[in-house]
Amino acid sequence: MEPISHVAGRAIAFGRKNVDTDVIIPAAYLKTITREGLGKGAFETVRAEPGNVFDEPANAGAPILIAGDNFGCGSSREHAAWALLDLGITCVIAPSFSDIFSGNAFKNGILTVPLPQAAVDRLMVVAAAGDTVDVDLEAQSVTTRFQDRFAFEIDPFRKSCLLGGLDEVGLTLARGDAIAAYEARAATTMPFLSGAVQAA
Amino acid sequence: MTQSPRTLYEKIWDAHVVETRDDGTCLIYIDRHLVHEVTSPQAFEGLRVSGRKVRRPDLTLAVPDHNLPTTARRDAAGRPIPIADADSALQLAALTRNAPEFGIRLIGDSDAEQGIVHVVGPEQGFSLPGATIVCGDSHTSCHGGLGALAFGIGTSEVEHVLATQTLLLKRSKTMEVRVEGALSPGVTPKDLILHIIGVIGTSGGTGHVIEYRGTVFEGLSVEGRLTICNMSIEAGARAGLIAPDDKTFAYLKGRPYAPTGAEWDRAVAWWRSLATDAGAKFDKSVVIDAASIPPTVTWGTSPEDTVGIGGVVPDPASFADPSKQEAARNSLAYMGLSPGQRMADIAVENIFIGSCTNSRIEDLRAAAAVLKGRHKAASVKWAIVVPGSGLVKAQAEAEGLDRVFLDAGLEWREPGCSACLGMNPDKVPPGERCASTSNRNFVGRQGPGARTHLVSPAMAAAAAVTGRLCDVRELIREEASA
Ligand code: SF4
Repeated sequence: MEPISHVAGRAIAFGRKNVDTDVIIPAAYLKTITREGLGKGAFETVRAEPGNVFDEPANAGAPILIAGDNFGCGSSREHAAWALLDLGITCVIAPSFSDIFSGNAFKNGILTVPLPQAAVDRLMVVAAAGDTVDVDLEAQSVTTRFQDRFAFEIDPFRKSCLLGGLDEVGLTLARGDAIAAYEARAATTMPFLSGAVQAA
Repeated sequence: MTQSPRTLYEKIWDAHVVETRDDGTCLIYIDRHLVHEVTSPQAFEGLRVSGRKVRRPDLTLAVPDHNLPTTARRDAAGRPIPIADADSALQLAALTRNAPEFGIRLIGDSDAEQGIVHVVGPEQGFSLPGATIVCGDSHTSCHGGLGALAFGIGTSEVEHVLATQTLLLKRSKTMEVRVEGALSPGVTPKDLILHIIGVIGTSGGTGHVIEYRGTVFEGLSVEGRLTICNMSIEAGARAGLIAPDDKTFAYLKGRPYAPTGAEWDRAVAWWRSLATDAGAKFDKSVVIDAASIPPTVTWGTSPEDTVGIGGVVPDPASFADPSKQEAARNSLAYMGLSPGQRMADIAVENIFIGSCTNSRIEDLRAAAAVLKGRHKAASVKWAIVVPGSGLVKAQAEAEGLDRVFLDAGLEWREPGCSACLGMNPDKVPPGERCASTSNRNFVGRQGPGARTHLVSPAMAAAAAVTGRLCDVRELIREEASA
């Protein structure tokens, strides 16, 4: 995973509430075998609307998305996070996120920034005018060139993983000894649960 | 120190803690991992890219189910028939390639044991009481019917389990759903769980693991318990479970991956010790009177939109919560229904009997019992029966159930997920209605514009005969008076 400390640049002023994972990536795009390429289906129904923010040429490659309340609700599909990454989005700012989505986003190195509605409204104005937004994970703040400064909260574990580009699998693999110790214990206390299948 | 009383969930959890972090997050060991073709390709890709292996292939089982067509898979000469949908074929091919590459046993599309992961796991004795079981699929809660802690995970977690055999989790809250008394005749486990979801709502179990307790669940068969736990996720719960008992042990004994000999005896002793202790506290408790539960159907686009078959489509204005009013209005517009319409007057053109909720042998027997000697209504255009696995299919054929379905004008298909979500060619046409034994009536779930009514297998069979949603008890009475 790419370490993230700063995300700065254009922000897409989307602002819509209750954007579910079906809107982020419709079910028709789930039949893939890679994480890449989902950008083409991302926000398909929104992009069918004339003048939508995603197809604005200036927003191409923008790293930040600004959305409304309850972003990422609906199914647990991780494709939603992959679709955002494929668009180049590595940070989403919204008043709130669905738990599953923010977990999936984190696991894929996307920073989700919860801010109060008033702050999000202000950033929408800045972004819509084409000005850049600066998200500093280390300082846990969002700033603009107009002296705006909004602090945000993040779980300390998630923060350190994102800053270090650490993936959870790698972190758990580092606990290999503890896992092996558990397996040795379970082999005597619950032997009937180990070794079910003759491997291929 | 004597240990305070614990629930079934807490005992299984405690037995699987590898280590606990300062913030209370636990590294939990996973005993069984089921893998299917939809949520695994990117996980295997992740392992490949980082040069990682599968830690415990012997605790992992791969089965394709979602994309497989349910029409014949071999031609007359026994050659495999290619899958027409290129994307489906690609996902299936990826699993066929990934499983052997990572040393995982694959039950492939041409194996007799192939089926829906949640049918195959218990059937093979791969899923066991007291085990932690995961699969990249939200209906993994199904295996809780055996008394396992079973829940769905996302693709990153699939990769995490493949590589480490563990997951980082926070302990859930506990919820008791207690149903006492006796179910009325004609009321099945599906009616029971639909009714429960109607009572507690789709977010009633959020953040909780449900334990189903009381005489009604004790009285259910193991297959009935799998149906109940399957739909726990539709009540918002991460998992649902029912304490294992003699029925569970009898069901599992002798199955291919179940323990044998002295290990079996040890297992049974441990499984018995898992039952919730007297005096254990649940964070939340719901009590329902069994006698109050009628055959139950859904009217809307959320599994909580349930009503007895004798009831009517509700008026959105009757809901107290404005957001529920709005949702109900949208549901009715999508479903093409109006308030006050009698449920038993709603005509259906499609019938789907299948899915991990209701595709086991008892489900098929219940449907066949209604269809025997009857024929589907002329107005029913499409009616398919999709067994949950190749073994269920073989058993049904040995009992002659396939003949009953075929004689009644229904189609008898190959095992898979099928019209539960229409990732394969089995879809309900736009604007048409389906009486379906599956678990989700979401907008577009069975195909774009499809209108789903969730029902039990017996009620689906009754709908096939009458061409409308109907109280199966009417047909049973007809029989009695004939
Ligand atoms: S039958 Fe339906 S709910 Fe069950 S695993 Fe398949 S798609 Fe999911």
